[in-house]
Amino acid sequence: MNTTLFFQQLINGLSLGAFYALIALGYTMVYGVLRFINFAHGDVFMIGGFCGYYLTPRLLPHFTGSLTPLGPVVVLLVTMMICALLGIIIEKLAYRPLRGKPKLTVLITAIGVSLFLEYGGQFVFGPDPKSFPELVPDRAIEGTGALTVTTAQLTAFSIAIVLLVALTLIVKRSRLGMAMRALSNNPTAAALMGVNLDTIISFTFGLGSALAGAAGILYALSYPSIDPLMGILPGIKAFVAAVLGGIGNLPGAAVGGLILGIVETFVGGSEFSTYRDAIAFSILIIILLFRPAGLFGKTQAEKV
Amino acid sequence: MTHYRRIKQIALLVAIVLALVGSQFSGRINSYYLQVILFIGINITLAVSLNLINGYTGQFSLGHAGFMAIGAYTAAYLSTQHSAGFFQALGGVSNLSTALLFVWVLLAGGIAAAVAGFIVGVPSLRLKGDYLAIVTLGFGEIIRVLIQNTDAVGGPRGYSGIANYTTLFWTYAIAALTIYVVVSMIDSTYGRGFLTVRDDEIAAEAIGINTTRYKVTAFVLGAFFAGVAGGLYAHTTTYINPSGFDFQLSIQIVVMVILGGMGSTIGVTFAAILLTLLLEYLRFVAAYEWLPDFIRRVAANRMIIFSLVLIALMLLRPQGLFGTVGRRAGGGRMGGTPKLPKPAPGPTPN
Repeated sequence: MNTTLFFQQLINGLSLGAFYALIALGYTMVYGVLRFINFAHGDVFMIGGFCGYYLTPRLLPHFTGSLTPLGPVVVLLVTMMICALLGIIIEKLAYRPLRGKPKLTVLITAIGVSLFLEYGGQFVFGPDPKSFPELVPDRAIEGTGALTVTTAQLTAFSIAIVLLVALTLIVKRSRLGMAMRALSNNPTAAALMGVNLDTIISFTFGLGSALAGAAGILYALSYPSIDPLMGILPGIKAFVAAVLGGIGNLPGAAVGGLILGIVETFVGGSEFSTYRDAIAFSILIIILLFRPAGLFGKTQAEKV
Repeated sequence: MTHYRRIKQIALLVAIVLALVGSQFSGRINSYYLQVILFIGINITLAVSLNLINGYTGQFSLGHAGFMAIGAYTAAYLSTQHSAGFFQALGGVSNLSTALLFVWVLLAGGIAAAVAGFIVGVPSLRLKGDYLAIVTLGFGEIIRVLIQNTDAVGGPRGYSGIANYTTLFWTYAIAALTIYVVVSMIDSTYGRGFLTVRDDEIAAEAIGINTTRYKVTAFVLGAFFAGVAGGLYAHTTTYINPSGFDFQLSIQIVVMVILGGMGSTIGVTFAAILLTLLLEYLRFVAAYEWLPDFIRRVAANRMIIFSLVLIALMLLRPQGLFGTVGRRAGGGRMGGTPKLPKPAPGPTPN
């Protein structure tokens, strides 16, 4: 592999990894507070894509002239709000009544919610792929030499970075973030200190789902064909990224996403490209067997 | 106990004889109905074998379709590639030699799936709950991708030209045998270990039960029957495709197990019959022109119904339809009332 191709694949891998990172953060946050895998998270990502699909033609024409750059930002923000709301509703209706019930019950419900969003989506949006409207003009950026960087890749990557920074600030600096960390650390103690668990759990779901929604739009910028089942594979892969980084660990999820994106792109460009979708699962299995706490996670002893 | 065992053996014998008698009439049944009847039998085998893993042993697996695929492909490959030599050795094509060939390929499919079950089970059964579910899902998908990349069995194009050896007799004899094996296993002294592993793994270990061995045994046995069911399926449809053995199929089998009640063989058998019939009936509903368009479209999308069944069951009746019937030992994980008045919300250490 020559150097140009190597760096090209690296760029493609990083931009793919950025989506995985955004989705993985939602998994990790929810796992942090509730200790369960929200299977429906990948489907919130899909709903984000469809929000963008329906909002763009309705919102973008209102932003003309000097306001043009604001259009895509508004679409992104509205999508994030819708997805946050969706996440909160899912938690309220499906998961909250099961709190304290056996883990398996919650897991099965999560699978049910995930299937419902996928096939309900097929029912509402139609099963065929739709071509995503051009939210930002997609073209190659000049002045990068032999490498190709598209505006979509650059936009997606930079917005992902901004969101990651914003999330870190919220979790580390805000009162809600502090409550979130307290809850993740010890829910009983947090409740005794006056943390309202319901509010914080809702907030966590909202935050994670907003990121997934944003990832949906950014993903559609680079891969402008969306369908109701598009969330399944990225969802599972982002979960792998979260486990890779150490589930419950925010920077870990981001790094895990980037690593997974890069590995997958390199395999996709090699002669093993038909095995591409099996890569994430192989990584997951290897990680869970040899380092179940992930790259950055702390190993916890099981208490009896 | 011996009395009970005798009853089970008689029941198995009666079921096999009934299957044999029923098989004589299969020529008179409309071929569509016959296929539905065969699918019911295959689904019973799949659901009861998954119930051994998910229900009795409490190891939530989402990879049953992968084992079924291995069985289906192995059996199909052997019966198409090696039938000529087999018939030659047995002196021509006859009812007996066909039966022997079929038993041989089904067994080979089952064994191949069991070997895969062992390879998958040994590492993944160290994990629990959500992790185990997602790893078995991952293995199922890896199996599918591997088959897709194997040109000898048609790769992504699928594998066609499989003889339709599956008859009503084979399907129901195997379904009955699966039920018999699983029930006898669970009722035996050895089999109580499965329930112990499910009800409390730590306590099981403390009283000297090798939990890993029990989990792997359940997994291998479940995979074996899934493989046999796959062989039956391949020789019913005569065409198989890797994408037919995806995650959706695993979910379908899981829904049967959950609907019937995890750890209740009667319930799971009943749920397999019910769901297969329901899914077929929905095809007709989707075609009824006098129904409102909305209902017809929901009926055409079986997975919406599955998802709603799953959510509603978990919220309203997590023990399944037959959760208390045929369920043994203790309240178990899925059923019963929580022991603590109100467990603290949020995480408990594992």
